[in-house]
Order: sequence, then C-alpha cells, then structure tokens
Amino acid sequence: MILPGFIVSLMIGGILAWLAASRSLTLARWISLFAVSINFLIAIVLWVQQPGVNESQSSWILDFSLPWIPRFGIGFHLALDGLSLLLLLLTFFLGALSVLISWKEIRDRVGLYHFCLLWVLAGITGVFLAMDLFLFFFFWEIMLIPMFFLIIIWGHENSRYAAFKFFIFTQASGLLMLVAIMGLYFVNGNQTGNFTFDYFQLLGTNIPSGVAMWLMLGFLAAFVVKLPIVPFHTWLPDAHSQAPTAGSLILAGLLLKTGAYGLLRFIIPLFRDQAMAIAPWAMAIGVFGIIYGAILAFSQTDLKRLVAYTSVSHMGFIMLGVFSFNELAAQGVVMQMITHGISTGALFIIAGFIYERIHTRDITRMGGFWKSMPFLGACGLVFAMASLGLPGLGNFVAEFLTLVGAWQATHKLTIIATIGLVAATIYSLRILQKVFYGTQAPSTVLADLSIRERLVMIVLVVSIIWLGLFPQPVLNTSKPSVKAIIEMSDNSSASAHKPTTQTKIVPIKRKGDNYE
Amino acid sequence: MSKQDLLSIVPLFILTSAAILILFSIAVKRNHKVIYIITTLSLLADFIYLTVADAPVKWTVEPLFIVDGFGKFNLGLILITALALTMLSYAYFEQREERKEEYYILLILATLGACTLAISKHFISLFLGLEILSVSLYSMIAYLRKRERSDEGGIKYLIIAAFSSAFMLFGMALIYYTTGSMEFETIGRYLSSLPELPIIMIAGFGFLVVGIGFKLGIVPFHMWTADVYEGAPLPVTSFIATVSKGGVVALLVRFFTSVNGQQYDALVNTFTVLIIASMFAGNFLALRQHNIKRLLAYSSISHLGYILVAFLAGGQLGVEAVSFYLVAYFITTVGAFGILTYLSDKDRDAELLDDFKGLFWRRPWTATSFSAMLLSLAGIPLTAGFVGKFYIVAAGVNGNIWLLVIMLVVNSAIGLYYYIRIIAIMCEKQTTVEPSSAALRPSIYLISGFSVAALTVALLWLGVFPEKLMTLIQSLLNH
Repeated sequence: MILPGFIVSLMIGGILAWLAASRSLTLARWISLFAVSINFLIAIVLWVQQPGVNESQSSWILDFSLPWIPRFGIGFHLALDGLSLLLLLLTFFLGALSVLISWKEIRDRVGLYHFCLLWVLAGITGVFLAMDLFLFFFFWEIMLIPMFFLIIIWGHENSRYAAFKFFIFTQASGLLMLVAIMGLYFVNGNQTGNFTFDYFQLLGTNIPSGVAMWLMLGFLAAFVVKLPIVPFHTWLPDAHSQAPTAGSLILAGLLLKTGAYGLLRFIIPLFRDQAMAIAPWAMAIGVFGIIYGAILAFSQTDLKRLVAYTSVSHMGFIMLGVFSFNELAAQGVVMQMITHGISTGALFIIAGFIYERIHTRDITRMGGFWKSMPFLGACGLVFAMASLGLPGLGNFVAEFLTLVGAWQATHKLTIIATIGLVAATIYSLRILQKVFYGTQAPSTVLADLSIRERLVMIVLVVSIIWLGLFPQPVLNTSKPSVKAIIEMSDNSSASAHKPTTQTKIVPIKRKGDNYE
Repeated sequence: MSKQDLLSIVPLFILTSAAILILFSIAVKRNHKVIYIITTLSLLADFIYLTVADAPVKWTVEPLFIVDGFGKFNLGLILITALALTMLSYAYFEQREERKEEYYILLILATLGACTLAISKHFISLFLGLEILSVSLYSMIAYLRKRERSDEGGIKYLIIAAFSSAFMLFGMALIYYTTGSMEFETIGRYLSSLPELPIIMIAGFGFLVVGIGFKLGIVPFHMWTADVYEGAPLPVTSFIATVSKGGVVALLVRFFTSVNGQQYDALVNTFTVLIIASMFAGNFLALRQHNIKRLLAYSSISHLGYILVAFLAGGQLGVEAVSFYLVAYFITTVGAFGILTYLSDKDRDAELLDDFKGLFWRRPWTATSFSAMLLSLAGIPLTAGFVGKFYIVAAGVNGNIWLLVIMLVVNSAIGLYYYIRIIAIMCEKQTTVEPSSAALRPSIYLISGFSVAALTVALLWLGVFPEKLMTLIQSLLNH
C-alpha cells in the first residue's frame, strides 16, 4: 500500500492545500510541505531498510497491483526497484525544496499553485512507479497539465508562448508513444492470446523486426522530446526560462529525468536489437547535443536560458551512456540523473533568488554580487563547479562513469564528449564571472539570503558534495536494477540469435564494487 | 403486429404521446414550467422504460425496425442527452423568448426522429426518421426569430438538408433499382452474391454518402456547420452536435455492417479520404476562430473524423469504440455548450473569446469544468475523451489502418492548440476591475448549474473508471 500511498497522498495534499488557501495561505504552504516531506521520509526509510546488493535476489523491492480496466488487460500496477527508489527520493527531495522556494515568491493564487505543484509531483511519481504501459502513459500525460498551468499562470512575461510550446511538443510526442504502446499490445496479444499492458508480460514479446523498429521509434519520440535531445530541444529553453523558479526546478530536475528513465526502463529492455541498431546514431546525436548545448549556453544572456542550455548539454551524456549498453555507463546515467537534478536545480534556484532581488534575468545587468551576497556567491561557486564536473562533486562521478562506460562502446565519440567537459568549464566560469565577480552594478544594495533560503542552499550543497564523495550507496541501490535491465536485454538478444551491426559493443563483465 | 412488436417500440410511442400532450397543454394554458416538467418526465420515463423493460435482447419489427443491443444503447444515449439538453434549455429560454413552449414539442419530435434512425433497418424508416429530425431542426434553429443570424442559420440548414435529402433519395432509388429491396440485410445478401460491386450500386452508395455526409457535417459537406452552430440558440446547437449527429452515426454503423461495407475498396477509400480531409480541415479552420461556437463547430468536424476512424476500423472493437466515443463526446459537447448557455445573458450568447477572459478568477468552478470539457475534447487523461481516443486508437491499430491512426495522432496535436488557447485565455488576469458595458450579465439558474456539475462529474468518472461503461457496451453489443 506504500506505492499508491505516495501518489494518493500527493494528490490529496494538493486538494487540501487548495481548499485551505481560502482560510490561510501559510496553512496551504505547510500542508504541501508536509505532504511532500512525509513521502520523502518514507522513501528514505525504504532506502535504509533496503537489503544490500545480493546476487540472487530479484531487483524489485515492492509491488502493488490491482485490476483497473480488465476489458483491455489494464492493471493499476506499481512496482519499485532501486532505480525507481532513487528517482523517487530525488522527486520528493526536489519537491520539498520547490515548496520552500515558492514560500515568498508566489503570492498570487497560492492554493491553486500548490495544487498544481503537488499534482505534477504525483504524476512524476506515477511515471517512476507504473509498470503497466497504459498506466505509464496515463501518468506521463497527467504531469503535463499542472505543469502547463504552472508556467502559464505564474510564469514570466512570455509564459503563454512557452507553455503552449511545452505542451504541444510533449503531448504530440506522447501520442506517438501511445500508438507504439497499442502496437506492442496487439503484437503481444495476437501472439499469446493474452491481451495485456503489463510491463513484465510484454517484456518477452517477440516482435517482427520491421514492426519493432517503428514501435521503438514511437517510444523514442516521447523520450527524446522529454529528455530533450537536439533537434527536439527547442521547447526547453523557453519553458525553463519562463516558468516560475519552482517550475524550472521541477522541469530540469524531474521532468527531464522521466525521459531518461523511459529510455532505461522501456527502450533498452523491450527493443534491445533495434536500440543496438540505432545506437551509433543515438550516441552521435547525444554527443552533438553535448557540444551544441554547451556552445549555445555560452552565448546566452538570459541567466535561466543559459542554465537551460546546460541541461541540453548534460542530457547528451545520458543519451551517450544509455546507448553504450553496459552496466558502467548505465550506472553513470543513473548518477547523472540525480546529480544533474540537484546541480541544475540549484542553479535555477540561484537564478530565482537573484530574480527576486533585481527583477531581471539578464546577466549583462548583473555583476559583483559576491560583495553584497557572499553566501549566494559561495553556493553559486559550488554549483558552477559541479556543473563543469569538478572531482569531489556528484556530477564528476556521473560523467566519469558514463565516459568510462562509453569508451568501451565507441572511442571517437567518447573523446568528443570529453571535449564537452571543457566547454562546460567555459560556460560555468562565465556564469561566475558575469554574475558574482566584476564590478558591482551601481545602486544595487542586495540583501543576502534569508534563513529559509540558506537552508535550501545548504541542503543542496551538502547533498551534491555527499554524492561526490560517497556515491557508493547510490550505486549499490541502482545496481540490481541496472544489471537486470542490461542482462534482461542480453538474454532476449541471445535468444533472438541475430547478428547485429554492433559487434563492438560487448557488455562488460561485472567488476564487483571497485568502480572507484 | 404482435404484442411484442408494440412493446419494443414503446420508446417511440412515449415520445409521440408526449408531443401531443404538450400540444394540448399549450392549448389549455401556456405555462413554461408545466411544459418543461412534462418534457423532462416523459424523457425520463422513456429512458427508464428502456432500461427496466423486460424485452428480448433482439427483436425485429418487420420490416422497419430492429431493436437490438446497439439500437437500445443508442436510444438510451439519445434520450439521456435530450434530457440533459432539456435541463439546460429551461433557463435559456426562460430569459429570452415569450413563446417558449412550442420549443419543447420540436425538441421531442427531433429526439423521436433521432431515435427512429437509431433502430431503423429499412430505407423507409430511415427516411422518415431523418425527415422528422430535420424538419424539427429547421424551426428549432430559427427559434429566436428576433436574431438575424438565427434566421440565416435556419434557412441555410433548410436548404442544405433538403438538398441532402434529395441526394439520399436518389441514392436509395438507385440501390433499390439494383437490388430490389430497401431492407439493409437483403441488400447486403444480394451484394454478397455478386462478384463485384456493380457501377450503379457504387453510384447509389455515393449519393447515400453525400446525404449522410451533409448530416454529419464532414468535409466536403461541412459548409453549413459553422453558420448553423453560430446562429442557432445554444441548446439547439448542442442538440445538432450531439443527438442529431449521433443518430446518423448509429444508422451509418448499422447500414455499413449490414452490407459489409468494409470489403468494398471503393467505399473504404472514399471514407478514408473524407475522414482525413475532415480531421485536417476541421482542425485547421478551428485554429483561426475567435468565436467559441464556430470553434466548437469546426472541432466537431474533426471529431466526427475521429469517430469515423473507429467506424472504418470495423469489427466488434470498432463498434465498441464508436459507442464509447459517442458517449464521451456527448457528455463533453453538452457540457461545453451547457457552460456557454450558463454564461449567456439576455442579449447575446457567451461566444466570444473575450467573454472568457479571466474566467478562472471570476468564476473558478465554471472555468474549471469548462477546462475539463476542453481537455476532454483534446483527449487528455483523467477525462472521458482520453479513454474514447484510446479506444479509437486501439480499434484503428487492431484494424491495421495505420494511415488513419497516424493522421489522428497528428490532428490531436494540432487540435490541442486551440483547446489550450481557450484555457490560457481563461487564465489571463483581468486588467480592468470594473466589467465593461459589453460584459455579459448572466442570471444563473440552479438547474443549469446542477446539470453542468453532473456532466463534469460524469466526465471525470468515465475518465478514471471507464470499465463499467465498457462492459455495458460490450454486453449490449454481444447480443
């Protein structure tokens, strides 16, 4: 009952916060903070209790299943493994922070705001847990609408355009996924006579290869738009820069991760051969995205847009890692999902704090903020360093693992991707130089962070350093699932006996715990 | 005629007697409330009779009618929709017309026509039903005589409907000439004995498609839709969008399955072209509208396209999908027009996009239900529209009509834009505190508010728990 509890508690919390807002705005804020935090605590308890790495055990920790629409073989099937657990932790962590950072920023329609916020989180939680493809699609769409409202109502000056673009891009690509899901459903149903959307039953489907390629492209469309991968990224800078701070935090920290999660959970296990066939292209596009995002990030003058393009760049690593088809790279991808969520989220929060003080996102009008806001400056330094991949901070671990894993698949692309790290250094340092150093803009007396804001920043800084220094607990948690995903697809390809073009890609043997 | 024959068409008798009863009642004394209650009760009684009557699962009244599961389902749907529309009409006409009582006679007769269509299996009953429906609609559209556009819409519909009836009659004549029968089953049997479709039959089907196309308002026979939607009083607009089209869709499904339409390439190709054209034209034209009534008119064209995708996919799943989508679409459309009705005032209907500016802040509940309706039309989860669209995609994929499925997906994406545009306008902050003189001042009636709330709940309920309705449809169709 814990798994549906996560989703339901967020939904109910949202409704309560909406109702409470007519009496007291503070109450609404506390209710939503409480709803998210309680979920976060439960998730932590689950994590701590979770048994260590065990070879024989199944990678699934919890499972919950109810029939929902038996007519189509649709079940309300939720399941939790290490991967989902980590992403849930991230979701609730960033969720709680997003309530905190909106405390003062949002003064308009507070009740509706928290309702939307909690329902986005509920949708994301559902996406990470759903093990029924229909249910997955259901949650996939659920998270869009409240996000649309968050951007359009509480966003900045050009929010309408951004919200439309975001909605239409993601919805259209989602519909392609729906068609692909239906295709998979009927292929499997016609073969086995058992029409079901259940993930575990669809896993073994033997799809005719011509059809399989199209079905995979349908899934891929939804995931690469969400991730996003160049050239489907154009919604992202608009949506990120126009959303309110918490909206940007959730978009960058969580929504993008649903795309990465989809690649790992669905593309690789369901369509191993097809994914291998397009792997060189996918990795090449990923690497292109790394460089392209970095260059564009460097040339932005809008602080939030800049950070948005760094996301494009970082997500390229995910594409590279996923399509390397080995455990090391996949672990790197999981790590990247978490650390990127924290570091980029933090950069958006910093941009939001600055915006609250000077009401602009234009970095040409910033400068010398270190003097008036040393605390914020120090935090900015930490996350700029995280973003460029400084050892000791979480992002380094992620990118290092990804690159080591990718090296075994392709040498050339890995080398180019590594150049992306240099580009990351350039744009990260530019943020620091333009915003915090230089001459202070005249007539700006800025207050440093309040206690609430400091709390948010400290928590983020601590977690990114902790992930950089002690990544092993995270890696241990994700390991069984990642292994299962990679191995499951090994078996399916072994049974198919099909020569693939990717003879170079050999899944590496497990090396125990000596990653570092 | 046996006793069972009579019993099985009691739903039609109830409607006819209700119309006569209202006539007498008006002759005695004009009283809007009494007439309204009679209408409501008779529709309700009819619906209840349909659900509880201990009738055999399938009964044919030779040679005109067939009352089977599919027919009963459509009868029920038509009746319950007419009931919802009556609820919404009361407040609307109470505020406007001095002679409002005759409207209910027309409403009941039009419903009778649609019901006849839903259970007919013969060209004669088909034509009777169609004409009862159309003739009532002429006057319903032009009911608010003082409005210019109302007259214009009425005359436009009159001409086009007469025109399409002529086409249909000619098509029927050609089919009768070839097959020597006007009964669907017999026509189907005759055709299956032939090696291929004779050219004169193709012509006959072609004329029939033209006639039906006009009634459904699919491209290229859609020209009347926007003007009639705009000109007609709001409850009548929603009647045309739902009951009238629903009856024709039911008829089309029955006719097509009886004659095994799927196996004739000429027919399938014609419909494929019409469907694709309808989806695109409807959506693209809707993108450019500033009047919500016209916008919904164009969106209805594309929705008819969606329904026909499932229809063309055929098979049990296809018919199920059509039935489910009809329910979802009816709820949504009646709800959306219901909200427009609810917001309209004495002088004009709430139809401009400007009327909806900042609605979220003025009337949060109304705006929320309107958003739910629009999201359902767009096919977003948690609403009935999503399950309907899912059903259609399922039917399409199952029937291997990939081209149409892809077109449907593309069009859903296009359609999203204008639906969320309305929502965005409702979210806009109001710049002026004082409402301008052009602003609407609706007087709200409890009954309208209740109906809209009930429709919203039904919409969400079906979106989350569609299983009940699916089983109902399935069990009715299996008989």
